[in-house]
Amino acid sequence: MRTTTPSQDFVRGIWRENPVLIQMLGLCPALAVTNTVKNALAMSAATIFVLTCSSVLISSVKKLIPKEVRISAYILVIATFVTLADMMLQAYAPVQHKELGAFIALIVVNCMILGRQEAFSSRNTVYRSLLDAIGTGIGFTIALVMMGGFREILGIGTFFEIPLFGPNFEPWVVFVLPAGGFLTLGFIILAMGYHAERKKAREAATA
Amino acid sequence: MSDQTLFSIFFSAMVVNNFTLALFLGLCPFMGVSARVETALRMGMANIFVLVLTSISAWFLNTYILVNAPYLRIISFIIVVASLVQVVEMVIKKVSPVLFRQLGIYLPLITTNCAIFGLAIFQTNRGYDFLQGFVFAIGAGLGLTLALVLMASIRETSELSDIPAIAKGTGLTLIIAGSLSLAFMGFAGLL
Amino acid sequence: MTDRPENEGLDVQTIDPAAPPPPAAGEIPVDKPVSTFRLVATLAVAGAVAGLLIVLVNLHTKPIIDAYRAEQLKLAVYEVLPGATRYRTLYLVDGALAAELPAGAKASDYRQAYVGYDDAGQRVGVAASRGESGFQDVILVIYGFEPDSGVLLGMKVLESKETPGLGDKIFKDQDFVGQFFARPQTPLITVKAGAGKGLPGEIDAITGATISSKAVVGIINHGLAEWQPVLAQGIPEEAP
Repeated sequence: MRTTTPSQDFVRGIWRENPVLIQMLGLCPALAVTNTVKNALAMSAATIFVLTCSSVLISSVKKLIPKEVRISAYILVIATFVTLADMMLQAYAPVQHKELGAFIALIVVNCMILGRQEAFSSRNTVYRSLLDAIGTGIGFTIALVMMGGFREILGIGTFFEIPLFGPNFEPWVVFVLPAGGFLTLGFIILAMGYHAERKKAREAATA
Repeated sequence: MSDQTLFSIFFSAMVVNNFTLALFLGLCPFMGVSARVETALRMGMANIFVLVLTSISAWFLNTYILVNAPYLRIISFIIVVASLVQVVEMVIKKVSPVLFRQLGIYLPLITTNCAIFGLAIFQTNRGYDFLQGFVFAIGAGLGLTLALVLMASIRETSELSDIPAIAKGTGLTLIIAGSLSLAFMGFAGLL
Repeated sequence: MTDRPENEGLDVQTIDPAAPPPPAAGEIPVDKPVSTFRLVATLAVAGAVAGLLIVLVNLHTKPIIDAYRAEQLKLAVYEVLPGATRYRTLYLVDGALAAELPAGAKASDYRQAYVGYDDAGQRVGVAASRGESGFQDVILVIYGFEPDSGVLLGMKVLESKETPGLGDKIFKDQDFVGQFFARPQTPLITVKAGAGKGLPGEIDAITGATISSKAVVGIINHGLAEWQPVLAQGIPEEAP
């Protein structure tokens, strides 16, 4: 039986079990399209769409899917919504679609989405699955925007295309290059690890 | 058909736009590969094999079946990739049980390996024909193997070093990956 | 289906792959084997529903996407053929120019050239696009030229993934781009900025992005070499 409350299902994916920063899932898009904040948001929006629709649909029909073919069924559902997201993005935001390129299609192999279906949506009610999906999606967005912000501010000097520094700012170009993606995520993980260590040391000291 | 020469497609896929270090595909095995060069090499070889098969299948699908229904591309590609990996797994199990045991968990992981699916999508977007796609797959596979082996050997060596506790694991791996990516940028402009 | 007697003792379940499993009287036990038919049927139904959904959305979005693409191409052609207000597409079929494709052929399989005309109906020039390896990845360029004299009328970088801050100047630096407009002599030669002899075919490369600059020049030269001989054979007349 589910022992968590609905609000716990929702909040869990936002930070404590953040899909990118803690669970290390969905790294391909997190590194590839976070060179600007706009791209990060567009990718997050598409991913939330696919994740939420897939979770709700799979949770609604979970009793109809035989165990043996469940992974194939999940992939089919996810691939359908990715195709829909791709088409709609291409029609209504063609510039963003061009920037994200192949990575929209790659949402279908994002371990995070398949993982949520297997771990949660296939065993819980539609309402809870919806909350879980939105929470995870928000966590994903937070991670991506963090990376995108860091990379855009240092690498170009703008945030969401708004210039932050004067014309004499010399951008640290490496951060919008692929190497910068790795380094940025590495620094964020290190910072989080450091923070966790300090917290543990503080708690041990006061114990 | 693309205007690029075969050599430039191969070289570009292998080092200039390395699938892992520049295009961020194939990260799951890259991050989690054990610090053993031999396993990395085997994983790479299995990937090359699946990549070439995927390239041929994608070309076939694009040329004959998806011509009138391009919107079914994503679904058909993922079905093909998943089935291909199943078949490869069965074949390896039958032909070389030793190899099968050594690859262990890595084989099913290849399915959700972004690199395989990514190759099919990139090949389609760039309009490669059969030979171009084939060369692309081999270049990409070799590049993946190169990245895996480099990462494994660095981690193998770094196991003997004194690493601060917070950096152990993913943090360090990412920084190493960033350095490798920077190093590979030196290949740009060689063509 | 008749009611079963309460106590049947050993309940042997035979699985007939051709028939769906019989409905259970109460709860479905967890490890009850499922027939192959049901497995296949589930996936087939799911596939059919998925396909239907995709086709519906596609019907709605395809016109929008096609219209956008056509608009982008039109704007690009007008940009590299200054003065053009309409254009028509010619296809390279078996080494000769054709105004129409063979029946049932796909446009994307053939090289295309766009002939631009101004308001007075005069031919402005021909535009074509080409992609070759730059420094980082493939650069896609559309260029416009006058087929008889070989004068380069203009160029526009359509796609590039060159290094931000350096290579991307091939489309951000207006001084560089401007060199390709109304250039009287082709083929073009790349020279380092300031080191040229002042010849009419010289293009000053971007400092720090020589390879990207050379790639753009190469694309245009190769493209011209491909199209000029074909166009010299004559451009098919327009149908009235």
